[in-house]
Amino acid sequence: MDWKRFSFITLVIVLLFTVVVLVGSAAQKPVVIIASMLATTLTVATPLTLGALSGIFCERSGVVNIGIEGMMLTAAFFGWLAAIYMNSIFGFSSMPSLIVGVLFAILSSVLMSLLHAVLSVTFKVDQIIGGTVINILAVGVTGFLNRQLFFEKGSVFGGNVPHAPGTLPIIHVPVQEGVEAICKLTGGTEGCQTLANAFGKVFDQQPITIAAILLVILSHFILFKTRWGLRTRAVGEHPRAADTLGINVQRMRYLNVLIGGVMAGLAGAYFTLESVPSFEPVMTNGRGFIALAAMIFGNWTPFGAWAASLVFGAAQALQINMQVFRDVIPAQWTILQNSYVVGLTPYILTMIILTGIIGKTIPPAADGQPYEK
Amino acid sequence: MTEQPIVLEAKGITKNFPGVLANDQVDFDLRKGEIHALLGENGAGKTTLMNILYGLYKPDSGEIKVNGQPVVIHSPKDSIEAGIGMVHQHFMLVPVFTVAENIMLGDETTRYGVLDQKAVVRRVKELSKQYSLEIDPNAIVGQLPVGVQQRVEIIKALYRNAQILILDEPTAVLTPQEADDLFVIMRELTRRGVSIIFITHKLKEVLAIADRITVMRAGRVVGTVDPKDTNEQKLAAMMVGREVILKVEKKPAQPGKQVLEVEGLSVHDWRGLETVRGVTFQVRAGEILGIAGVQGNGQTELVETLTGLRPSAGGKIRFSGQDMTGKSPRLLTETGMAHIPEDRQRHGLVLSYPVADNLVLNTYYKQPFGVRGIMQPAAIDANARKLIQDFDIRTPSPYVNVGKLSGGNQQKVIVARELSHEINLLIANQPTRGLDVGSIEYIHQEIVAMRDRGLGVLLVSAELDEIMALSDRIAVMYRGQIVVTVDANKVTREQLGLWMAGAHPEE
Ligand SMILES: Nc1ncnc2c1ncn2[C@@H]1O[C@H](COP(=O)(O)OP(=O)(O)OP(=O)(O)O)[C@@H](O)[C@H]1O
Ligand SMILES: [Mg+2]
Repeated sequence: MDWKRFSFITLVIVLLFTVVVLVGSAAQKPVVIIASMLATTLTVATPLTLGALSGIFCERSGVVNIGIEGMMLTAAFFGWLAAIYMNSIFGFSSMPSLIVGVLFAILSSVLMSLLHAVLSVTFKVDQIIGGTVINILAVGVTGFLNRQLFFEKGSVFGGNVPHAPGTLPIIHVPVQEGVEAICKLTGGTEGCQTLANAFGKVFDQQPITIAAILLVILSHFILFKTRWGLRTRAVGEHPRAADTLGINVQRMRYLNVLIGGVMAGLAGAYFTLESVPSFEPVMTNGRGFIALAAMIFGNWTPFGAWAASLVFGAAQALQINMQVFRDVIPAQWTILQNSYVVGLTPYILTMIILTGIIGKTIPPAADGQPYEK
Repeated sequence: MTEQPIVLEAKGITKNFPGVLANDQVDFDLRKGEIHALLGENGAGKTTLMNILYGLYKPDSGEIKVNGQPVVIHSPKDSIEAGIGMVHQHFMLVPVFTVAENIMLGDETTRYGVLDQKAVVRRVKELSKQYSLEIDPNAIVGQLPVGVQQRVEIIKALYRNAQILILDEPTAVLTPQEADDLFVIMRELTRRGVSIIFITHKLKEVLAIADRITVMRAGRVVGTVDPKDTNEQKLAAMMVGREVILKVEKKPAQPGKQVLEVEGLSVHDWRGLETVRGVTFQVRAGEILGIAGVQGNGQTELVETLTGLRPSAGGKIRFSGQDMTGKSPRLLTETGMAHIPEDRQRHGLVLSYPVADNLVLNTYYKQPFGVRGIMQPAAIDANARKLIQDFDIRTPSPYVNVGKLSGGNQQKVIVARELSHEINLLIANQPTRGLDVGSIEYIHQEIVAMRDRGLGVLLVSAELDEIMALSDRIAVMYRGQIVVTVDANKVTREQLGLWMAGAHPEE
């Protein structure tokens, strides 16, 4: 990522954090606020990060996928449905139900991505249309089944939505212990201990959030250090050149779109199995599209897309914290009490970022073009 | 030379495309360590035959033998395995990859799943030393000059241990100097036992380097000859099926008033470097001004700016008596400027549009092709049929996508379109690149005829022969400046060559 983008991202994140610290300082210590903002940022950035990774795998291989939103929504619904079935119909306890839920989320999203691959790679349908089909289909199918299964008279649950098996548990990452150990070794000042206390818990997150961070690293490794990545990028830049070297263009594109399906599936699972234990119609709420914006802003690289996702995450963290600190917002800052203003921040940021004022990004050369021999 | 064994043999190859019989019972063979040249008109089926040998197309019938053994070639994978490598007419390189990445693609070495860049770089360095192919393995391919990109393609084949190398019009995009370098490399390769199929339209090259010459016409093999028993005239006649006038006949120019005046023009390239530095010249009606120069001395940027594709960084352009600095290509076209761009696939054509539409790309919105915003298929069809006839464009129908035509026929589509509307200035950058002798003859005659009717022509070409044959005056461009402008009759090839290489005119 070039320095312009990097400084822009740093600047925006610092700005958003500063606002919250200033507002909340009446009620909390700055370190604590910053730590909590960090944790929230990481959490809410998760579906964006995963969605962006999904897009990166598709587009790096030359397939535009605007159906990520729909794939996420499908995954959110079916993951949740599977978890509920496991839990309240088959009587499994919470943990196995949630795990099966995640697997079903991924499976349903992969099936959707398979549809996209069939349409755009085999039948060479315009890829924007393929993605739109998926988005529309997802809203329809999940909305319809949600109503039929849970709210219609005489349906399985007869208007009586069962208690979902909760959300995925937080995993403890021993950052605090690590920092404390270092504090001790270096003579342990008080400040060091404060830091350890404040930031030690930032990485104590739920599994999908942690997985997203690991997947950023893994995706970078795959795309830029392995044979698979080299071929994927070749197929997205110059499929004919790849073909003349004996690389099966169609196969590479299929598999990468399916990998994208896995990523979007995890993103979907985040909504109903990690963030909240319930499903609402159209609950992905445009995150799939913001993820695409993050992918573009990150210049189709995993780390770039992650950084951009963190910007959006920080904007949402701002929104969440403003609600927490609602009562202590200083009088001259009333504008921040207006939930519309704060709620719009992530979307306004998306627009600013997409106008390309922070320099041009370059998509893979064959992005969106079906390959004909 | 003793008769070497045959390493590659194709027998009875036939390939039909919708509406064209591209290969008709073609027999072809290649001996160990020889350079076998393949000649033929545009659309004769040379590339098709090579694509079949390389596994990109499946023949309808026919047999291929490598080292006497019948082989089944379904895909490039099979041909690579059989020791065949190909350098394509339009390069098959990923511009954003490094040289090493391009070379290893499809045949990667890994260590614990990680690409072993170091091993590739080492091997590339070995190969480049062994065959004296100078290359930096870590350079980004898109930033290399075409001559070097071609070297990457050759190394790519050698990296896969190719014993048979197909070079499809390798010299079409090279400067004379680069072409000479390539011939040295080719000789070195054959000395080491590599066999080469060499496709070109340049008869001089064929006579100079080939061991055998096979000529194709309309999908068939016309014959195979020894370079010792033939000459340019005979080869040209074999290719085209009639006598070709290789020399351009032209009367002295009768220059009229100035149509293009360029004053102190400066242009920056995409990196912001000043590649055209204060250039001044005029083109008058009824004359051909040739710009000679080794490629990469600012000609590309100069032409792009004159045609409205690139902003100028200083100076003035007057065209048809008006100040046209920084005006749009459409306004320039409407004022009577025609442009034959250097890169036909990127700037000249919409490859996925049919021939007929490409032929009206500059006039589609005007009578009679567009009336009140509605396209007129009948007029577009009539125009296409006329131009296809006049310019001898080999296409099965006006409605085939232009990308499906042979390279030379793509070029003819552009030339036909640009010369067919009301114009008073033609800016032609490498107008005959990749064309066969018959077509070159036609286009050269056409350009001279248009000059005689009062058209001003700015001709940019890396072919010294073309510059010498057509120009009335010649300007030599070196490092972004015009170092000298001379009367075409008063200068020799050698003198021009020296100026192009940077010699100072006064010395
Ligand atoms: N993929 C394709 N689909 C349809 N027609 C094709 C295709 N490829 C080639 N052709 C046709 O087959 C004929 C032979 O083309 P080919 O490219 O082999 O000619 P060539 O001898 O290489 O000519 P050039 O010197 O202009 O490159 C042409 O008429 C061309 O239009
Ligand atoms: Mg060809």
